[in-house]
Amino acid sequence: MTWQGWLITAIALAGAIGALVGVKKTTGDILFAGILGLYLALAYSFGGTKRQVIANADASAEDDVAQETDVAKVTVPAAVYGSQTPREIAEAITSHTGNFADAVDDPEMNDSVIVVRHLTKQFGQRVAFEDVSFSVRRGEVFGFLGPNGAGKTSTVRTLSTLVTPTSGTAEVAGIPVNSGHDVEIRQRIAVMTEVPGLYLRLSVTENLAFFAGLYGYRDTQPRIDRALEAVNLSSRANDLCGSLSKGLRQRVGLARALLNEPEIVFLDEPTAGLDPVASLEVHNLIVALRDRGVTVFLTTHRLDEAEKLCDRVAILNTTLRTVGRIDDLRQRMFQRSVLVSTLAPLTNPEKILSPIAGVTGWSQDDTGYVLTVSDVRVAAPAITRALVAAGADVLSLAEGHHSLEEVYLELVGAAVKGGEL
Amino acid sequence: MRKEFREYRRNRFIIYTMGTLPLIFTALPVISLFSISNSEDPSTVKTQVAITLLLLLVIPVVLPATIAAYSVIGERDQGTLEPLLTTPISREEFLLGKSLAATIPTVGVAYAFFIVLVVAIRFGASSIVAHDVWQPSWFLAELLFAPLLAAWSVWVGTAISARSSDVRVAQQLGTLASLPALVLPLLMSLQVFKPTATVAVVIALALAGIDVGAWRVVSKMFDRERLITGASAVTMRAEAGT
Repeated sequence: MTWQGWLITAIALAGAIGALVGVKKTTGDILFAGILGLYLALAYSFGGTKRQVIANADASAEDDVAQETDVAKVTVPAAVYGSQTPREIAEAITSHTGNFADAVDDPEMNDSVIVVRHLTKQFGQRVAFEDVSFSVRRGEVFGFLGPNGAGKTSTVRTLSTLVTPTSGTAEVAGIPVNSGHDVEIRQRIAVMTEVPGLYLRLSVTENLAFFAGLYGYRDTQPRIDRALEAVNLSSRANDLCGSLSKGLRQRVGLARALLNEPEIVFLDEPTAGLDPVASLEVHNLIVALRDRGVTVFLTTHRLDEAEKLCDRVAILNTTLRTVGRIDDLRQRMFQRSVLVSTLAPLTNPEKILSPIAGVTGWSQDDTGYVLTVSDVRVAAPAITRALVAAGADVLSLAEGHHSLEEVYLELVGAAVKGGEL
Repeated sequence: MRKEFREYRRNRFIIYTMGTLPLIFTALPVISLFSISNSEDPSTVKTQVAITLLLLLVIPVVLPATIAAYSVIGERDQGTLEPLLTTPISREEFLLGKSLAATIPTVGVAYAFFIVLVVAIRFGASSIVAHDVWQPSWFLAELLFAPLLAAWSVWVGTAISARSSDVRVAQQLGTLASLPALVLPLLMSLQVFKPTATVAVVIALALAGIDVGAWRVVSKMFDRERLITGASAVTMRAEAGT
């Protein structure tokens, strides 16, 4: 029992006794009313373990949670948006705020379903993410990568209208967040958290029926059937969720995300803790979502997953480190290279390799030679000719490939070395 | 609500609580009522009847508090709160669903216990007891007070649940914090006010006023960000000094 509980009970009992003893009728009434008022005030002030919650919340959800600061709220006049498209809603709001004028006018942005500009979220003195800007195009799988505590979950929560940004603007499904139309955004998106969040005492169908009801659908069964079919779970429709494996629960979570046929699906670590087979099934489902034209915002730690699935990625470490196609990031961050393997080491590699047109440098490793080049298509034939002319026995010659992991470590690892993390 | 009822049915803890708590609260006073003979002092009988009927009103206070205390923190514990809050459900719908799901079954249990008791007294207890129990004011009081007390209890339980981090703390605190609402019926039961139908209606109106106030406070506390992160924008702005 907390001390607040004892205090509230003691005051309530004192109030009851005071009223019952009723020194005089009027005095008793006043005393009773006063004590009741005091009780209500105290119950409101102390009724719970607020500070403890803050501490606990801070420890969870990638350390992204806790406190809050200033709120930049867009004021929008009352209007009926039921029959309007998201773009019309955005334009209607823009006409009053001007916040998204650039986004609406920019042709490239017209194909974007998420537009984030200088978005910042602070919890008290602590910055969850800061000055983040990016856009996500319709129908792409967008990877959102970063270490623990980088602000990924907070970003997803902001875009899914669960938390209010401190500053900056964001537009989701064509509707500005925090503009008083968050319900419209929530109707157009789906969020699957790392924990699938299912009612374990209910069956798969009962879970889905409940959530379908929250979207206002009356005849829910056809939607449920379609969703279960999409995740290949029709045969388990009547099983209790508590009896399902983690992988199957994840699939139920995905089925739930399909119920409202969302434009955008936010997937927060969808394969965390899954075995390779279950992960592969989730990957296939993500690909299927993309094939259906759904935009997928994928938060993940798994770089192989991002490399396999994502059209573009953003790397966040409180601030946005980079955003783009993985190939473009490689090119941007690493010099292009050609890997050469020979049967025997070259007798004078400097003399052979340095003069080759297009080769800007070279190094030797256990497997052969790594030549940095300005353009692979120009350099590779010249390298081949030079090696043959030098009498080398060439085993292989291939373009150097940098993984997303190398890109990630280059960006995030630098921060670790620099003491930012 | 349907989902809540399904969960209750499959949760033994809730079933046992709903079944055993009312018995614990009412068993002894009811037995003592049946042991009263017609030769007993009428004022003693009246007091005994009043206390027993008051204890029946503990049912709609304690039971919904236990359930409501689980309403938010329970969702948070099983990871369903965030998926729930990312649907288009409004604050009012969420609160109404949770409150009705806690109120309806517990008021039903309270009414059922009351009906069984008064019928049993009518046919099994002495006529002096039956006469005192079968008064319109008591029937009206039970009819009106049970849902109003349950509503108060639900708001208190929900408010504490929204701010707590532990289900057990929320349930204990919710139950205790709900009890003071019994003061008003207590005044009637102990005949500080004469137990008439008018007094019952006046007290019911007062309870309704308290319920409305509690509903407003809880609605204000229901903030998606607070529920997810444990802190509201306003509170944190103040703490951050911005």
